[in-house]
Amino acid sequence: MSSPTLPIEDPAVANSGSSADAVVFDNVSLAFEENVVLDGVSFHLPRGETKALFGVAGSGKSTTLKLALGLLRPDSGRIFLLGQEVTSMSEQEMFELRRRVGIVFQESALFDSLKVRENVAFRLMEEHLSEEEIDRRVREALRFVELERTIDMFPSELSGGMRRRVAIARAIITQPEVLLYDSPTGGLDPVTSNTIVELIVKQRDVYKTSALMVTHRLQDAFTMATHHFDKETNKMVPLPKGQRSEVPLSFLILRDGKIIFDGDIRELAASRDPYIREYIS
Amino acid sequence: MELELTSPFDVAKDAVLAIQDYARLAGQSVGNFFRRPIYWGDILQQADLIGVGSLPIVVLSGLSIGALLALNSASTLQRFGGITLIGQLVSSSMVTELGPLITGLMVSGRNASGMASELGSMIVTEQIDAMRALGTDPSKKLVTPRVAATVFMLFFLTIISDLLGLFGGFAVANLLFGLDSRQYWSNAWQTLVFRDVFMGLVKPVLFGFIIASIGCYYGMSTRGGTQGVGRSTTQAVVTSSVLILVVDFFVTKAIFAMLGYR
Repeated sequence: MSSPTLPIEDPAVANSGSSADAVVFDNVSLAFEENVVLDGVSFHLPRGETKALFGVAGSGKSTTLKLALGLLRPDSGRIFLLGQEVTSMSEQEMFELRRRVGIVFQESALFDSLKVRENVAFRLMEEHLSEEEIDRRVREALRFVELERTIDMFPSELSGGMRRRVAIARAIITQPEVLLYDSPTGGLDPVTSNTIVELIVKQRDVYKTSALMVTHRLQDAFTMATHHFDKETNKMVPLPKGQRSEVPLSFLILRDGKIIFDGDIRELAASRDPYIREYIS
Repeated sequence: MELELTSPFDVAKDAVLAIQDYARLAGQSVGNFFRRPIYWGDILQQADLIGVGSLPIVVLSGLSIGALLALNSASTLQRFGGITLIGQLVSSSMVTELGPLITGLMVSGRNASGMASELGSMIVTEQIDAMRALGTDPSKKLVTPRVAATVFMLFFLTIISDLLGLFGGFAVANLLFGLDSRQYWSNAWQTLVFRDVFMGLVKPVLFGFIIASIGCYYGMSTRGGTQGVGRSTTQAVVTSSVLILVVDFFVTKAIFAMLGYR
């Protein structure tokens, strides 16, 4: 897939002054009544890195994303997002911080009573930008996901893959510092999945955006680990074997509410843990 | 499906929690008027949906209630030679009680359910979470405009309902019982005192707040997919209707106590 770049300021440059991690979980636990979802989870996501979260259904992956964004509160532990402790912030204080983060929900969560344009422009309209500015940026974001033609359509008129791409456009329109993807390729055909993986890789390599990505599809993460986005050809291309360790991608595997693996692709491939071996086989 | 017995303690705890959550939502819906941003566009849109959209049922119910009131009371009044009092009876009943009550119940049936199902669907499809994630407070964007629009529009809908009820009563009194129009209207007008009008205008404000806050509360606390949306919708209509009846009694009693009985 080739698509135009999004001519918005490079966050890697904008963020260069900060050394803080994008996301930090410090001994976080959460239970819904008797059901323990996360049990003493600790990890950190350095700025500019993408971390792929794996685990069987119900292992707490989506919950981790919602906790990172303050949509859920942990029972114990601390969570930092862009250097601010979300666990000590009120909901009102969090609204400002959330504007620096983008999220793509599992089922897209587009506003079904609004057109694609209004969905993608939601944040910009909240900031009362001019109509011309909103229109320009919405078209840029939709061009980025190759869906400019859907601008006047309602979400119900789009396919599942198109909805997911519109959700990505909505998440990136303000060029956030952190992106959270909740199963962005779940339930999609391989071709559409590949298109979405390419968009994520493009966001990672061109804009250096930090990202937490929940996925069930190991092949998506391996594609991300072995490819990079070539700005000149405007395509995702395979990396030579010697350069694969340079990709800013790490893996995190959750099991029964605990982290059983947190490392890069080489460490994952070298793991002798029988559960991990079975998981990646 | 396995049925479990719930302890009375858990039921009481859930009820207290629900009241606490409702109080917080209702308080926020009012408090949001003093915090920016205020979504005037959404308030106008909701006023159109709730007010203009409810107009046909309010017109029909107002006319019908006024006509029925006149029809039912006419035979009794005629027996005692008091047919001329129809205007008085229809006027005081419509303005103090039936106008606000019937309009409130009609709008509750139409809009409390609509709010609960709309917001409930947004909850189960993660649209509310998406809104929070995009940095927008759903309480300001969704709840406050609905509360403001319902309170504002129910006030005027009730006035329309009162007037149409009087016209319905007049149509019956004039066409079926041959009552002179001047006699009807002068009786209807002269019977009204400040207390009646005050009572008739305070009630829709309270009922409007109940309808919208209950509808939004059940919508925002929806759990359990589409079945949960259905449950919230039903609970919103039942609770708001019952609350309207209960509050109606206490408001009537309080105003009588303050401004004196007839």
